[in-house]
Amino acid sequence: MKYFLQLVLAGLTKGSIYALIALGYTMVYGIIKLINFAHGEIYMIGAFTALIVGGALQITTGLSPLTILAISLAAAIFFSSGYGVTMEKIAYKPLRNAPRLTALISAIGMSLILQNYVLLAQTSDFLPFRSMIPNFPFLTPGKSLVTTTQLVILITTVVVMVILTLLIKFTRTGKAMRATSQDKVMAQLVGIDINKVITFTFAVGSATAAIGGVLIANHTGQINFYIGFLAGIKAFVAAVLGGIGSIPGAVLGSLVLGMTESFGAGYISSAYEDVFAFIILILILIFKPSGLLGRNEIEKV
Amino acid sequence: MILTFPIMVIKVNSYEGVVLWRWKNLMWIGIGTFFLSWLWRFLLDRKENGPGESKPDADRDGKFSLRKALGERKVKIPTLAVLAILVLAFPFMVKFYQVGIMTSALMFVILGLGLNIVIGYGGLLHLGYAAFYAMGAYTYGLMYLYWGLPFWAALPLGAVSGAVFGIVIGVPVLRLRGDYLAIVTLAFGEISRLLLENMSGFTKGPEGIAQIPRPGFFVKLSLQGATTYLFYICIVLVLFAIFVIRRLEDSRIGRALEAMKEDDIAAQSMGIDLAKTKLITFALGAVWAGMVGVVLAAKTTYINPGSFTLMESVMILVAVVLGGTGSIPGVILGAFLVTLIPEYFRALADYRMLMFGVALVVMSIFRPQGIIPRVRKRYLVGEDKS
Repeated sequence: MKYFLQLVLAGLTKGSIYALIALGYTMVYGIIKLINFAHGEIYMIGAFTALIVGGALQITTGLSPLTILAISLAAAIFFSSGYGVTMEKIAYKPLRNAPRLTALISAIGMSLILQNYVLLAQTSDFLPFRSMIPNFPFLTPGKSLVTTTQLVILITTVVVMVILTLLIKFTRTGKAMRATSQDKVMAQLVGIDINKVITFTFAVGSATAAIGGVLIANHTGQINFYIGFLAGIKAFVAAVLGGIGSIPGAVLGSLVLGMTESFGAGYISSAYEDVFAFIILILILIFKPSGLLGRNEIEKV
Repeated sequence: MILTFPIMVIKVNSYEGVVLWRWKNLMWIGIGTFFLSWLWRFLLDRKENGPGESKPDADRDGKFSLRKALGERKVKIPTLAVLAILVLAFPFMVKFYQVGIMTSALMFVILGLGLNIVIGYGGLLHLGYAAFYAMGAYTYGLMYLYWGLPFWAALPLGAVSGAVFGIVIGVPVLRLRGDYLAIVTLAFGEISRLLLENMSGFTKGPEGIAQIPRPGFFVKLSLQGATTYLFYICIVLVLFAIFVIRRLEDSRIGRALEAMKEDDIAAQSMGIDLAKTKLITFALGAVWAGMVGVVLAAKTTYINPGSFTLMESVMILVAVVLGGTGSIPGVILGAFLVTLIPEYFRALADYRMLMFGVALVVMSIFRPQGIIPRVRKRYLVGEDKS
């Protein structure tokens, strides 16, 4: 029973991280109908920034771990959003009216660029990431079911989700975002600057991905330039699973995916962990292409 | 510029707790961004205002005359003859090492041509192409391992297994299009690689299959002889591929593919069986990958799942996009560029993938049709086809 609960928790943790990344996918897709292949890279950059800033602070100054965590998290969010927005300006904006295949190829190119940029500028090795989250005193490591990091990840995810939902439901910008995703031309007609909305979407999506990156780096303890790719694909799977374009769908999909992986790895074979994710993706796309909570699209000629 | 700051300038060595400040990089980035952004804006401007000015006309004229010249018999036959002699004599003119590289480049050309059928004609973005490639290689590897099958028996079998695998992958993804298709093919590619890696009992897992024999020409050939032999085999395969694809273009299937690429719903209403056409596309594309896989296994005598990663699929995609989707000469050029540039500029090898990424983005923004764009056939009423 304990094993089962541990698997549930591991699945939830994984799912939360996927959810943080999947949000970016789903938001971007909802607005410009583009699969942002480079989104996983943004998440990786977030983790790297946190590592660098956090590491530099840890070594040079004697600040308390929590302060360092806060500063590096802020830096990660800031830089990731910056990269996200710049990426949109360079690679996607000129292609907004181009065929979708072209934009997709551009996105693949962007993903390669970012990956290799980090590879060349940093290193190809796995970098150990010193956990910056202090242990809560009420959880004894090894004894309690949940570790501090897992708890922090779960709480953070919930908080981010709530903030995001509020943002989209109740603010002016959120309204503008929803309008843009429904009909770009109409949105422009009623005075919405869609360029601004798109930029904002990329910034928010990248910020959540950065939070995910920092958390996972704290959780697994090591990062390298390649982590973004697999995480990106899986988050995409999660987004599709829940119905791409739908925010609650992305969260639900991520949790389902995290659980499946965790149980698959726990009860069947850990070597096939990634295979489970892909199989789920294929099954979902075959049987319910619009995802669990997605709207059915009507095809028009 | 500010954005690149942490990653470029600070390098944290968390093993030893050392922070390296790389201020020098900052300067380079500053200079680089300044000029690049200037160039970028200039190019974007030109792209927006360019067409309709005087320049494209001159450009077009030049191209047309070149094409026309190549089209005339007088010029065409000698050119082809010289090319043929050059190609045939190639292994004897250069070093053995070069022949090896050329063979890889030719293999890539075939892969590119195969993927081109799927992407260029069918308009289906396929990111799991390396899986077909692996299928071919493993067909030969495993058949040799268990039954001692020779190269020439494996080559058609590789093609068949590629095609079968293409259909197997094709069936579930029939309903998907565009982005979803790309992702699912990617997923299939990764699944097959992971399966190859993990079914250690059957496929030897990550360590791969070693000591696969090179093909013999009646007798067992030396290493050098076998490589040259493979070079010729590749040439024949390339020619065969070009021949088949050119015939395909004009065939009923080719036109069905064209229609499907443009608009699948309209194509369906014109009586094209989408499911069948898509499957044919996948199968036709996969056949080539299967064959090249067999050649690869024979050339390197060793295969393991690590040779068939997503990067391989992406490289083939780069070749196709760079050269020009749908255009045979374009794809050939693209494949040569992708394989030969890293080979001859070893110093740039580290930057290879970065360059490819830049190439993909730049190409899709400024020249989505590729270096040598495809000449679309026009069917006009009342004009004789020349």
